[in-house]
Amino acid sequence: MIKRPIYLDYQATTPCDPRVLKMMLPYFTEEFGNPHSRSHAYGWKAEEAVDKAREQVAAILCADPREVIFTSGATEANNLAVKGVAHFYKDKKNHIITCSTEHKCVLDSCRHLEQEGFKVTYLPVKSNGIIDLDDLHKAITDQTVIVSIMAVNNEIGVIQPLAEIGKICRDAGVFFHTDAAQAVGKIPLDVNAMNIDLLSLSGHKLYGPKGVGALYVRRKPRVRLQALINGGGQERGMRSGSLSTPLCVGLGEACALAQTEMTAESARLKALSARFYKAIQDSLEEVYLNGDAEQRIPGNLNISFAHVEGEGLMMGIKELALSSGSACTSASLEPSYVLRALGVEVEMAHTSLRIGFGRFTTEEDVDTAAEMIIKEVNRLRDMSPLWEMSRQGIDIKSIQWAEH
Amino acid sequence: MAYSEKVIDHYENPRNVGSLDAKDAAVGTGLVGAPACGDVMKLQIKVNDEGIIEDAKFKTFGCGSAIASSSLVTEWIKGKSLDEAGEIKNTTIAQHLSLPPVKIHCSMLAEDAIRAAIRDYKEKHPRA
Repeated sequence: MIKRPIYLDYQATTPCDPRVLKMMLPYFTEEFGNPHSRSHAYGWKAEEAVDKAREQVAAILCADPREVIFTSGATEANNLAVKGVAHFYKDKKNHIITCSTEHKCVLDSCRHLEQEGFKVTYLPVKSNGIIDLDDLHKAITDQTVIVSIMAVNNEIGVIQPLAEIGKICRDAGVFFHTDAAQAVGKIPLDVNAMNIDLLSLSGHKLYGPKGVGALYVRRKPRVRLQALINGGGQERGMRSGSLSTPLCVGLGEACALAQTEMTAESARLKALSARFYKAIQDSLEEVYLNGDAEQRIPGNLNISFAHVEGEGLMMGIKELALSSGSACTSASLEPSYVLRALGVEVEMAHTSLRIGFGRFTTEEDVDTAAEMIIKEVNRLRDMSPLWEMSRQGIDIKSIQWAEH
Repeated sequence: MAYSEKVIDHYENPRNVGSLDAKDAAVGTGLVGAPACGDVMKLQIKVNDEGIIEDAKFKTFGCGSAIASSSLVTEWIKGKSLDEAGEIKNTTIAQHLSLPPVKIHCSMLAEDAIRAAIRDYKEKHPRA
């Protein structure tokens, strides 16, 4: 078998932990009952498993199990939170606040609401990727129904000040939703201490299965929302459809493992990230970390390698599986909107790599990755006209470029 | 995205990387593209007394297709007259490297780079 690339894209997805899979398997075959079947033992067994999973999901959020709604993933949970709340309260309030670096599923949900007549404020972020709490304060009006600010950014890994945001929202009587797909299992979360009213999470970002997620919806003070999917009234009427018992079990087990192992794993990942970044900095000039250096999850580094284009760089490190903020990886020619929102120059955004470490990353992987990246950056810089100019002291911004 | 074998070959073993002395009267320099767009090519030609391109060098900031396009054209223009080199079309480059539609702009940039280098040379030699 050909050796596979080293996986360094843990913010894109994570492998399902074998311990999680093991717990799921019986629910595909022997324990196949519909958890909503109340009339026989098949249903009861499945319901028991779903209840346990709901408790496990609630536990990692310090929530009540009755506040957990299973969904198909974080995209659905985010849609349900933002659109569901906006629609339910539309006769009273019509203003939503979010931020410019949110995941596309929150931004696109907001765009749709704008087309329906809602007003949306997109808060900017500071150069470290974090919102300014004063901006949030000023943006809230008596028409604001919900504030949706992500817990951890998927590209740059920065952590937003959830407790502070939660307090501002609670004081103003505004619901606070957070997309925590990249945060659950990585940073401690407490929906009560942080005054979070709705929280989205995803199974496959925390070593659980793909195709399942959850939305936490606060009961006291009660948050109401209009369902996106209508049917048999499952999940307290907020999300109809028979639950997938194996997927729920997998999500629950993934949360339980993450909760148990979070402290030790965070310390391990922090050490790996530091080791990697030091190796890079010791060998290369003009590398820049995007996003706050401290307020970020330990498994994420987003680095710009000046004068080396990201996609070109990735082609030279085929043995590493990671992603780039460069435009060339997508059909559009615009580089990462997240990096642009931080005020990173377009040319620097083109030179960025997102490096994600996770549960199965070893020290050897990190050393190999650093070595390969250093070698390739040096090779491509020797080939880069921009690097040559910068070495000659020519200011690249002083040149009249013909943008195409 | 899967790259063609020819793109990979030029990316891994780029031909004629380097710089010529831009101040040399026999050298024409073309610098095209923009850092903000994610690709910049510098192509230089050295023209002999017979008007033949006897040497060509490039440096490129960009994706694999941009590097491959510029590497390829340095091979093609060597030994050609200025007029012959000026006739190289981006479609020929794109076809040779099997570039997908989203990478066609890389071949257009390479064509622009050749023309810019020729123009620079001709400006130094108004009667050539």
